Amino acid sequence: MTETRPRSLLYLDNVCVSFDGFKALNSLSLVIEPGELRAIIGPNGAGKTTMMDIITGKTRPDSGEVFFEDSVDLTKKDEADIARLGIGRKFQKPTVFESHTVWDNLELALNRKRGVFSTLFYTLTEEDKARIEEILATVRLGHRSHELAGSLSHGQKQWLEIGMLLAQEPKLLLVDEPVAGMTDAETVETAILLKEIAKTRSVVVVEHDMGFIRDLGVKVTCLAEGSVLAEGSIDYVSNDPKVIENYLGR
Amino acid sequence: MITQFLLRGFDRKIVAVLFVLLAIGVLVPASNLLLSPENPLHVPTYAMSLFGKYLCYALLALALDLVWGYCGILSLGHGAFFALGGYAMGMYLMRQIGSRGVYGDPVLPDFMVFLNWKELPWFWHGFDMFWFAMLMVVVVPGLLAFVFGWFAFRSRVNGVYLSIITQAMTYALLLAFFRNDMGFGGNNGLTDFKDILGFSIQADGTRAALFAATALFLALCLAIASGIVSSKFGKVLVGVRDAESRVRFLGYRVEHIKLFTFVVSAMMAGIAGALFVPQVGIINPGEFGPGNSIEVVIWTAVGGRGTLIGPIIGAVLVNFGKSVFTGAFPEIWLFALGGLFIAVTLFLPRGIVGTIQHRFKARQAMKAARDAESGIDSDTKIQPAE
Repeated sequence: MTETRPRSLLYLDNVCVSFDGFKALNSLSLVIEPGELRAIIGPNGAGKTTMMDIITGKTRPDSGEVFFEDSVDLTKKDEADIARLGIGRKFQKPTVFESHTVWDNLELALNRKRGVFSTLFYTLTEEDKARIEEILATVRLGHRSHELAGSLSHGQKQWLEIGMLLAQEPKLLLVDEPVAGMTDAETVETAILLKEIAKTRSVVVVEHDMGFIRDLGVKVTCLAEGSVLAEGSIDYVSNDPKVIENYLGR
Repeated sequence: MITQFLLRGFDRKIVAVLFVLLAIGVLVPASNLLLSPENPLHVPTYAMSLFGKYLCYALLALALDLVWGYCGILSLGHGAFFALGGYAMGMYLMRQIGSRGVYGDPVLPDFMVFLNWKELPWFWHGFDMFWFAMLMVVVVPGLLAFVFGWFAFRSRVNGVYLSIITQAMTYALLLAFFRNDMGFGGNNGLTDFKDILGFSIQADGTRAALFAATALFLALCLAIASGIVSSKFGKVLVGVRDAESRVRFLGYRVEHIKLFTFVVSAMMAGIAGALFVPQVGIINPGEFGPGNSIEVVIWTAVGGRGTLIGPIIGAVLVNFGKSVFTGAFPEIWLFALGGLFIAVTLFLPRGIVGTIQHRFKARQAMKAARDAESGIDSDTKIQPAE
C-alpha cells in the first residue's frame, strides 16, 4: 500500500461523489507535491469546488482515498480538524468577517489555540502583533487595518481572505477563483502574491481566467465531468484536443 | 486572568450602565425604607416590586442578546430557562412554608397533600436548603441548554429550524408542567410563599433586599456578558453569526462555541427567573408559554440586539408600556405589541440603542473624513498607538 503512494502532500485516488445520482466526481485522482503551485481549470460542473469540499471535509466521498502528507486520512476528519492540520481554503465568493476590522479578521485567523477558554482569556502578544503586521504588509492592507472589512473593495476582500489563510500558516492553500471580478492590475498583483506564497507552501488555484494561469506559469490540471482530462504545462493542456472540445472550444 | 477578562469588557458605556444599575439598586430600596410615605421621593413598595420585575425581564433579555445578537442563534425558548430557574426558587420557597400550609403537613407542600401523596418525590429533596436551590437555579437550565444544544449544534441545525425546535421545547415543558403527576403543582404552580431565608416575603425590607439583589445580579451578568463579547471569543462569536463556514474553515469548533454561549445564556435566564418568583409571589406553567419567549425577542429587538445595553432598556420600556397599556386599554395591548414589533423591524432595524450607536459612529467617521481632507493626519487621531 505505502509503496504505491508517492511522497505527496495531498493524495486523491479514485474519489467518487454523487449527489442524487449526479456524479460530481468520477474516480478523480490527483497528487500535489510539497511546495507545488498547481492550477486547476475546467468547465462549470467539472467538480472543482466539490473536490475542494472533499479535501476540506465539507463533503464525504462515496468511495476513494484522500490522504494528507501520506498518512492522514482526510475522509475521517471534519472541517475544524482539517484546518488545524494545515489546510486553508479560500472561497469563490470572498468570505471575511464584514463587521470586524481588517486587523481583527487576521487576529481571528492566527494559528493559535482555538478552544473556548483559550479564546476567552486570550491577550494579544507582541509576537502575534508582529505576525499580523507582517501579513498586512504582504497583502498590502497595512493602511486599512482599522477599517471594517465590510468597507473594503471586492479585490481587497479577496486579498484579506488570502491574508487570513496565511495567518493560519497552512501547509496547503486551496484558492477558489481568486481573481474573479478583479481589475487587470489587481489580477497581475494577485498572481505575484500567489507565487510569493507558493515559495514556502503548496497552493492549489482553481481559476477560469486563462491569462492569469499563464501569468502563474505552473503545472495545470484540467477537470471535466468529475475526472482529470489532461495534466501538464499550460501550452500542453491548451493544445490537447479533448480539452479544446470540452472546455476551451466552447 | 478573571480580572483582566472583566476589565476588558469595561468600556465607557458599560461602566456607565453598571454604575446606574448599582445606584438604582441602592437608592430605590433606600428611598422605600428610609423616607416617609409623604416624601415626594418615596418609592412605594408596589412600584419597587413592579420595577424589580422589569429588571428580571431585563436580565432575561440580556441573556437572549448574548445568543441572538452576538451568535445569531434566535432562541424562541428562553422563557423555558427563565421558568426552570423560577421553579427551582419556587421549590425552595414551598419547602420554607413547612407546617404553615393549609393542611399543616410539616414536609409535604399543600398540593401534594391534596393529591394524597404520602412522601416527597425524590427531586424535591434538597430544596429545603437555600444553597442547593440556588445551585439548581443555574444547573437545571444550564443542563437543559447543554443537552439541547449538544444535539442541535452538533447536527448543525441552524436558523429558523433551530428557532422552531426551541419553541417546541418550551411548549413541551409547558404541557409537562401542567400535569399534576409531574409533581410541580400542575396548572396552579407554586404559590402562597411565606418567607425566604427566614424573612417574611411580604415585608418591605425583604422586598427592598430582593430589588437590590436583582439590580446587583443584572449588573454582574452585564459585566460578564461584556467581558465575553469583548474577548477574542466574542469576536469569534460575531464571526459565527456573520460567516459560520469561514469560522469553521479557520479551525474553530463552531458547535463548542455555540454550546458554551447557549449554556451561559440559559444560566443567566435561570437567575432572572429565580429573582422573579419571590417578587411576584407565584410560578406556574404559564411562564413556559411560547408567547412569553417571543415577547423576550421583541424587547431585545426594540432595545437593539447585539448591544447588551439595548435589551435592558428595551425590556424595561416595553414592560413599562405593557403595565400602562393593560391598565388603560387591556383589549388592544397585544395589537400594540405586534404593531411595535413590525414598526421596529421596518423603521428601526437596529433597535433604539443600535440606531444611536450607528448614528454616533457615522458622525465620527464623517468628522474623521473631514479632518483628513483638511490636512490633519486622521490615522494618528483615530488610532493612538496600537
